[in-house]
Amino acid sequence: MGVLRGTAWTFGDDVSTDHIAPGRLLHLRSDLSELAKHVMEDADPSFAAAMSRGDFIVGGRNFGLGSSREHAPRIIKIAGVGAVLAQSFARIFFRNAINVGLPLLQCDTSGIDQGDELEVDLESGDVRNVTKDSVVRFVPLPPVMVKILADGGLVGHIKKHGGFDLPEG
Amino acid sequence: MPVTLAEKIIAAHARVDAVVPGQIVVADVDVAIAQDGTGPLAIQQIRELGGGVAAPVVVFFIDHTAPAPRSELANAQATIRAFCRESGATLSDIEMGVCHQRVAESYAKPGDLIIGADSHTCTAGGLGAFATGMGSTDVAVGMTSGKTWLRVPETFRVEVTGAFAPGVSAKDLMLTLIGLLGADGATYKALEFGGSAVAALLVHERLTLANMAVEAGAKAGLFASDEVTKGFLREMGRESDWRPLAADAGAAYERTIAFDTGAIVPMVAAPHTVDNIFAAADKAGTRVDQVSIGTCTNGRLEDLRAAAAILEGRRRAPHTRLIVTPASQAIARAAAREGLLEVFIDAGATVTNPGCGSCFGVHQGILADGEVCVSTANRNFKGRMGNPAAFIYLASPATAAASAVAGEIVDPRQLLPAP
Ligand code: SF4
Repeated sequence: MGVLRGTAWTFGDDVSTDHIAPGRLLHLRSDLSELAKHVMEDADPSFAAAMSRGDFIVGGRNFGLGSSREHAPRIIKIAGVGAVLAQSFARIFFRNAINVGLPLLQCDTSGIDQGDELEVDLESGDVRNVTKDSVVRFVPLPPVMVKILADGGLVGHIKKHGGFDLPEG
Repeated sequence: MPVTLAEKIIAAHARVDAVVPGQIVVADVDVAIAQDGTGPLAIQQIRELGGGVAAPVVVFFIDHTAPAPRSELANAQATIRAFCRESGATLSDIEMGVCHQRVAESYAKPGDLIIGADSHTCTAGGLGAFATGMGSTDVAVGMTSGKTWLRVPETFRVEVTGAFAPGVSAKDLMLTLIGLLGADGATYKALEFGGSAVAALLVHERLTLANMAVEAGAKAGLFASDEVTKGFLREMGRESDWRPLAADAGAAYERTIAFDTGAIVPMVAAPHTVDNIFAAADKAGTRVDQVSIGTCTNGRLEDLRAAAAILEGRRRAPHTRLIVTPASQAIARAAAREGLLEVFIDAGATVTNPGCGSCFGVHQGILADGEVCVSTANRNFKGRMGNPAAFIYLASPATAAASAVAGEIVDPRQLLPAP
């Protein structure tokens, strides 16, 4: 964990997994680095080519709704996105992202505009908007998610503990 | 303490006396499924974990792009067939139909805990199972260990009274409910349906309602298991799988939403979100290029009957393509026997093999730029049917069939056969 730095790409509310990883590209699921070249294609066709490694995807409400396709958070990660920031996340996407080791930060994204430079401190919980000189805090992950992330995702967790070993709260 | 259906089922599978919302539990899995879009990644993860399959029922369905429309997908399907052969997992191959319908017909039991690498796994809640969609990795762990972790959800109770007016169906109720809750209004919650009208709903309607629970963000949609459930399981030749199940009187609900079905009218969800709800009459006159009838939401025999009742003796409008996709082989067979397929063909429909059909945007009815489709599916997201420049309206089978005849969106009550 540490500090992530990058540029914000804003997408608004209700970004579905169909926007992130379109179903019509199903044939590319066996080649995720190829599919990652199309990440977010149905939300912004120019994003994949224009983004730089470490940049942030910034959504509004209910980011990642829809299909259970885990390929969606996987290709966001493969494309080099540092983290996804949103007001709220859909349930299955949230679980999938943690399982594959993609950081999701739930915070007030209303003050973040396209192109803003952000610094995210994963330890302190601060999202600093360098462009606007402002700070918001993100909601800490539930302990169960922290544990899975720390173990390197769900497969890592199971391998390490020989089964589930999760906090109850 | 009186408990909700979700709490009852989860506690039993966590092997504890009681659970409370917010609690994290590790629970036994009865049924774990994946499909051709999510299965290959689940298989990769099972291999990574060095495991075989341990959950009591593990089924892989080849339904999303069946038969395979291109070589990469044929290869993915071959991977699934090979894994099923070597692991002993059950294969439901291309002729059998959509996973969620097949789970209802052959696998789900009241009181089961079911996980699936498909977001509409919640459909099986119509039979009184706690069923929820997850990603490939979660489901792979469930398949190989027979266990999964869950956060016990708070429950919203949807209390339904009254009876549907002619031409109005469960789909219209669910679109109305999603419009009211919003696409994220029930995130992390269980939706439990009850009330006098629900007791009268048949299983196909319960499955339609449970299927779309996820469109309000919910983790599961749940129904009690009663005599209607028993009748359905008897029809499926597995009455012995039945057991009664109900929420306790006085269970604590986070929220209760009451509906009088008698007040519900035919609805559509307009592009590009499922909660963008209008009365069909308010969108009347919208030109329609394609009508798709089928999917795990509304491809059941009763849905095909409702469509056929409107299409009988009529034809589709010349500019409106009509595609009919039965949800399963059993439904296709029954529809053939009843003469429904002939009604569709006479009406100018393209009848396809059972499966997901055009719903998923890979084959069997991709839309052209600017085209409008009325579909009986559950999602109208941009790009969902293979083209981000197209527009999808969601509706009931009756509204879809009537719109095919009119060539534009109509309130189906105008075209209902005389009672
Ligand atoms: S019919 Fe559509 S919604 Fe249902 S499982 Fe198939 S692709 Fe998913």
